[in-house]
Amino acid sequence: MTPLSFALAHSLPEIVLAIGALVLLMMGALRRPKGDWIISECAIALLGLAALSMLFQVGPTAIIWDGAFIDDAFARFMKFLALGGAMVSLILSREFMAREQIDFFEFPILVLLATLGMLMLISAQSLIALYLGLELMSLALYVIAAFHRTNLRASEAGLKYFVLGALSSGMLLYGASLLYGFAGTVSFTGIGEALKGGPSIGVVFGLVFVMAGLAFKMSVVPFHMWTPDVYEGAPTPVTTFFASAAKMAAVAITVRIVMTAFPGMKLQWQQIVVFISILSMAIGAFGAIGQTNIKRLMAYSSIGHMGFALVGLAAGTEQGVFGVLVYMAIYLAMTLGTFAVILSMRVGNTYVENIGDLAGLSRNHKFMAFVMAMMMFSLAGIPPLAGFFAKWYVFLAAIKANLYWLAVIGMLASVVSAFYYLRVIKIMYLDEPARPFEKANWEVSAIVALGGLFVVLFWVYPAPLVNAASLAAKSLF
Amino acid sequence: MTVAAAFFYLFSIIMLASAFMVIAARNPVHSVLFLILVFVNAAGLFILAGAEFLAMILVVVYVGAVAVLFLFVVMMLDVDFAELKQGFLQYLPLGALIGIVVAIELIMVLGGWTAAPGIKATNAPQITALSNTEALGLVLYTRHVYFFQAAGLVLLTAMIGAIVLTLHHKPGVKRQDISQQNARTREEAVEVRKVPSRTGV
Repeated sequence: MTPLSFALAHSLPEIVLAIGALVLLMMGALRRPKGDWIISECAIALLGLAALSMLFQVGPTAIIWDGAFIDDAFARFMKFLALGGAMVSLILSREFMAREQIDFFEFPILVLLATLGMLMLISAQSLIALYLGLELMSLALYVIAAFHRTNLRASEAGLKYFVLGALSSGMLLYGASLLYGFAGTVSFTGIGEALKGGPSIGVVFGLVFVMAGLAFKMSVVPFHMWTPDVYEGAPTPVTTFFASAAKMAAVAITVRIVMTAFPGMKLQWQQIVVFISILSMAIGAFGAIGQTNIKRLMAYSSIGHMGFALVGLAAGTEQGVFGVLVYMAIYLAMTLGTFAVILSMRVGNTYVENIGDLAGLSRNHKFMAFVMAMMMFSLAGIPPLAGFFAKWYVFLAAIKANLYWLAVIGMLASVVSAFYYLRVIKIMYLDEPARPFEKANWEVSAIVALGGLFVVLFWVYPAPLVNAASLAAKSLF
Repeated sequence: MTVAAAFFYLFSIIMLASAFMVIAARNPVHSVLFLILVFVNAAGLFILAGAEFLAMILVVVYVGAVAVLFLFVVMMLDVDFAELKQGFLQYLPLGALIGIVVAIELIMVLGGWTAAPGIKATNAPQITALSNTEALGLVLYTRHVYFFQAAGLVLLTAMIGAIVLTLHHKPGVKRQDISQQNARTREEAVEVRKVPSRTGV
């Protein structure tokens, strides 16, 4: 096999998305206005095709494009999650965008480009590839956050995300330049080799700045300030995309850079990860208590969940990475399921997003209320639902790595966060019914059902996910 | 004094003088024009240093695009520059502080200060047989083709984003349709009427 076809074969999903996005852009630009549905369908099909093309990538780890791009089991696992998140977000977006009259053909294309950025980010093996993937993802995300441009809150969300995102990119670049200066190379493995003999103060500076830039993308404390506002202001399908696919890419690159570029600096990065993990769990638990808007609640919930996932990373072991991977997969399913329910909260022709609007859901839509209750129980981490196992694996890894107190703080935060998850269930089942919602269309209902099925029945047959995650975790070590 | 040194002083003096004029000129359009002069002279300095690719890029990007964009902004937006300059002096301490920091940095660099003595400097390879442009061209589309393509996609995304967020299709705006214009025949474009005298059309 020649090097070029070898490289092309190992970056097949990226190539599918890149060429597909360009073709769809031409289709959209040359087609008459109206009748935008076909672009959205094509984009969903392309994401599926990209995921399918990964089934052919079974070979061993390959580093291609002159050391910039890595194709290993870890990347494949996270890419599956990111593609799944993007696909479901696009499926959920169709009715919403049409009803809000913002169903322009650019939206699916921007989602495709953002997803392409995520895949490049997940596979990044050098600082330049990291930055390019991150910017491709972020630029498309800034635009779709403000996609509802006549809506003041969406514009505010887009602008806020853009300004803070640019700041975080600057911090990341500053850290990257320090790392390059001290290590003399941009490749992760090269940095790992160069920094084996104990870090200097400049390298620690670089590490801190890079972690700050990545923490912003993961939306963990103290770089979480944008999250509630952006999640609330952006159109709900866009929020779904932010909370699902974007998180997968950010966590994946953080795990990869920590494990491959800084194995000799565990003492330094472990402090940072423990610090942001504890703060995120605490802010996620306490910040959500007073919220009345369900999208804001989910924003704080996602901050808290990133904190829990980072508990696994703080352990710094293969088991810890395995915990993070399982956590992200289960978090993806729970988030998508919950947002599918949120996207079916429609009274008449307007979408509502207050928690109070859910009152009496159990009497109007029994099945929807049941799934939402299961999602909330699972997000709170109550056995035997999927969310419990997610927390179980990361806490187990932390305890094995002698981080007892981190696990204890995590469990306490989990108890506090259970309060607001249970409050949603109480409102759905015990409060006086509010105006009933319209019937959701079949796509949204199907995703609600699938999410519910996964969350409730994960314990019956966890083997596929657990096996894939342990294979992926092994490939990093 | 060699020719190169003479040109170095020429470019430097003009650059410094016009940089001062950028902030001193009363007319904002003059400021932008002086800024262009700064860029051109900086490009000259780059050529003296043997970095001909950077020099050309500086002219193409900064003079060709950025400065012209500034000119558009200055001319199209109604900015009251007299009012903007009101509090000019109160920023002097801040400007002086930044100037001092830059001066300290320059002294540290020239004084041979090293941030990490243990690290050996990774010098750029000395390529004498090739010019900068050739050396870049050899790797840009081969070794770094992935970065090149990725950067292209980032720029494409930026373009799509700018269009999505700002382009408003107003209904009822008359647009030029060249094929329609060419398809017009004399019969439908011209109407001949007999106008009786003293009545008008």
